[in-house]
Amino acid sequence: MSLQRYVLKRVLVTIPILIGATMLTFGLVALTPGDPVDYIIAFQDVSPEVEQQLREQYGLDKPLFMQYLDWLAGVVQFDFGDSISNQRPVTELIMERLPYTLLMGSMAFMVTLITAIPTGIIAAYYRGSVIDQASRVFSVVGIAIPNFFLGILLLLIFASQLNIFPFLAPSSGGALTPEMAVYTLLPAITIGTGATALLMRLMRSSMIEELDKDYVTMARAKGLPERTVVNKHVLRNSLISVVTVAAIQVAFIISGSVVVEIVFSYPGIGRLLVNSVGARDFPVIQALVLLIGVAVILANLLADILYAYLDPRIRY
Amino acid sequence: MSSNEPLIRAENLKKHYQNESDFIDRLLGRQQWVKAVDGISLEIEEGETLGLVGESGCGKSTVGRTLLQLHEPTDGTVYFKGEDITEYSSNELRELRQEMQLIFQNPQSSLNPRLTVNDIIGEALDIHGLEEGQSRDERIKELLELVGLSASHANRYPHEFSGGQLQRIGIARALAVEPDFIVCDEPVSALDVSVQAQILNLLKDLQEEFGITYLFIAHDLSVVEHIADRIAVMYLGEIVEVGTPEELFAPPQHPYTEALLSAVPEPDPGWNPERIILEGTVPSPLDPPSGCKFHTRCPKVIPPADLEFEQEEWRAVRSFATRVESGDLPLGSLREEYDVSDASEFDEAIREEHDIPARLSDPEAEEILSETIQALEQGSFERANDAIGDAFETPCTVHEPELQQVEGTEIACHLYDSRYQDGSVDESAASGQPTAAVSESDD
Repeated sequence: MSLQRYVLKRVLVTIPILIGATMLTFGLVALTPGDPVDYIIAFQDVSPEVEQQLREQYGLDKPLFMQYLDWLAGVVQFDFGDSISNQRPVTELIMERLPYTLLMGSMAFMVTLITAIPTGIIAAYYRGSVIDQASRVFSVVGIAIPNFFLGILLLLIFASQLNIFPFLAPSSGGALTPEMAVYTLLPAITIGTGATALLMRLMRSSMIEELDKDYVTMARAKGLPERTVVNKHVLRNSLISVVTVAAIQVAFIISGSVVVEIVFSYPGIGRLLVNSVGARDFPVIQALVLLIGVAVILANLLADILYAYLDPRIRY
Repeated sequence: MSSNEPLIRAENLKKHYQNESDFIDRLLGRQQWVKAVDGISLEIEEGETLGLVGESGCGKSTVGRTLLQLHEPTDGTVYFKGEDITEYSSNELRELRQEMQLIFQNPQSSLNPRLTVNDIIGEALDIHGLEEGQSRDERIKELLELVGLSASHANRYPHEFSGGQLQRIGIARALAVEPDFIVCDEPVSALDVSVQAQILNLLKDLQEEFGITYLFIAHDLSVVEHIADRIAVMYLGEIVEVGTPEELFAPPQHPYTEALLSAVPEPDPGWNPERIILEGTVPSPLDPPSGCKFHTRCPKVIPPADLEFEQEEWRAVRSFATRVESGDLPLGSLREEYDVSDASEFDEAIREEHDIPARLSDPEAEEILSETIQALEQGSFERANDAIGDAFETPCTVHEPELQQVEGTEIACHLYDSRYQDGSVDESAASGQPTAAVSESDD
C-alpha cells in the first residue's frame, strides 16, 4: 500500500474517534453533580419559577441527547455557545488564552527535543561514561518528580532566590513578546522535564540496540566515516521509535499545562479550564476538554503517519 | 609486494575484550579479560580460500573482524600485501576498505532496513568516489545481475526479499568496491540447505572470475570442505590444526579435529562411524585451561610418565582431577543423589559419577586417588588438592602446544611431539626443540 493511501485510511479512521470524543466530552460533563444554574443561584433566594426559566434559557431542561445534538450542531461550526459565568462567546475566550498555552507547549517540546536527543545519543555512544551516568540519574529524578512540585522548586530557586526570571507573567503585550517568552521558559522546562527524561532513555536504548546490529559493522566496513555511520545509519533507524513517542508526548505536554499554569499563574487555557470547572461553566469546560481530546487524537495521527513515513516496513 | 608474500598474513594476533564488570568490580579495580583470540598466526595466498572452523564462541568471527581492522587487535600484526595495516591511520583504513570486505552471517540484520538496495550498494561506490550519475546506476544493475538478481530489484527495500536474495545483495554490496579479499563470516549458516549450495557456488564462481581471496568462516566442516583450499581448525581462540581438506580429513589429526569430523553427518546409511562425544562444555575464555586448552575435554590426553593407566581409566581420572582443581564439584547434591551415608559409600558415589573403576590398575595412582576422595569426604577441597598434588599432571596440562609440521598438516598437539611422548612433564628430548613424530597410540 502506498503512503498516500495509508495516510488517507488513517485520517478516515480518525473521524469516528472524533465523534466518540465529542460524546464522551459532553457526557462526562453532564455527569458532574450540579449544573451552571445551581452555581448562578448559589447563596441567593430564588423562586423555583426563576430557576426553571434560567434552565430553559440555557437549554438545560431538554433531554440530554437533544442537548448533545444542539451542542454538536454548534461545534461543527466552531460555535461553542456563550460562557455562562461571563456571558462572552466561548470561542473568543479560548482564542484569547490559546496562544499562551501554544507558546508554552511548543517551548516545552523544543526544550525536550533539544536536550533529550543529543544527550541520549551521547549516552548510548559512550555507554558507561560520566554523561551516561548523569543522564541516568537525571531521568530517574525527572520521571519521579511531580511537575507542580518541580514548578514551585524552580520558582523558588530561579525567580525568588536568584532573580533570574520574573515571578509573575507580564500583564500586557500578548503572547508573542520577548518578555513573555522569557517568563514562559520556567513553566516550559517544568512541563518538558518528564518528557525529556523519558525520551532520553528511549533514545539511548534504541541507539544501543541499533549500534549492535550487523549493518552498522557493514557501514564501517564500507569505509564510511564514523560520523556518517552514526548519523545516517544508526540515528535514523533509532529515531523511528523516538519520533512516535515524541508525538504522543505532545498530548502529555498539553494536559500537563493544566497543573503548571496554576502553579505559575499563567494566562493559558489550563487555568481557564480549572476556573470554569469551579464555576460549573459547562460550555467552556466542554469546549476545552474537546480541544484537548482533539489535540491528543491529532498527535496520535501524526505519530502514526510519521512512523509509516520513516519505516518502509510499516504499511498496513 | 614480493612474489612469495601472501596476500594477508597475521602474526600472533590477539584480541582480548574487557568483560562487562559490575560496579563492585570496577570499584576494586578488578578486570577480567575475555581472550577471544589468543595468539593466532595465519597466512592466505592470493586467490586462495582459507576455511576457518570451530565451535560457536571459539573466536572465529573475531579473527575475521580483527583481520579487517574492524576491531583493533590487542596484540600482533596483520600484513596486507606486505604492509602492516595495524599501524594505519583512520584515513588509510578507509582507503583499505576498498580492498577488503566482509559478508555477514545474518543477511537480515546486515542490511539497513531503511535504505533501498540501490542506496545500500551505491553508498559504497559514493564513499570511494568510484562511480557517479548514470554509470553509478549501471554499475549497480551490473552487480545485481552478477549475483543472480534482476536490475528491477534496485528500488526495493530489504524486507521485500527472501534470506537467500538478501545474502546475494550482501555479496553484491561487498563486490561493489572490487575488493581483493573478502571475509565471509558464516555466509550460509542462516540459509536453507538448498539455498546454501547456490550461495556457495556463487561465491566460487565469483572467485574464479575475479580472483578474490576468501577467509571463509563456518562452524560446519562439511560446508567448508567444498569451498576451501586449506582449512584451519580453531579451539578457544587458538588454531589447533591447519591443512588442506584431504590432509585434515585423514590421520594424523588433532584430537579435536577428529571429534569435529566424527560429528559431520554422512548421507551413507551403511556408514557407522564411532562418534566421538566430547565431554563437558567449552571452558570459559575468561579463564582458559593451562597447558593445552583442549586438555579438559580431550579424549587422548597423554598419561603421566610414572603411572600406568588404561586410556579410558586415565581420561576418567583426569576429568575428575580437573574438577577437583577448579573446585567445581557439587558434593551436597552428589550425596543426595547417591544417598551417601558413610565414607565408603561416598567413595563409590564419586567413582560412579566419574566412571572411575572401583580400583585403579596402578596401585600408586589408586593411593593418591583414594586419599583425594577421603579429603573431599571431609569437605576440604584444599586438602584434596594437596593430595592430588602434581601426580596427575601431564605435558598436556602444563605445556602449551605449538603448531608444527606433521606429515603435511600443521598440528598443535603434544601427541605428535617426541619430547612428550612418554608423558613426562619435563622436556625429555635432548634437543629441547619440538620434533615431530607420529604417536603409535593414535589410531
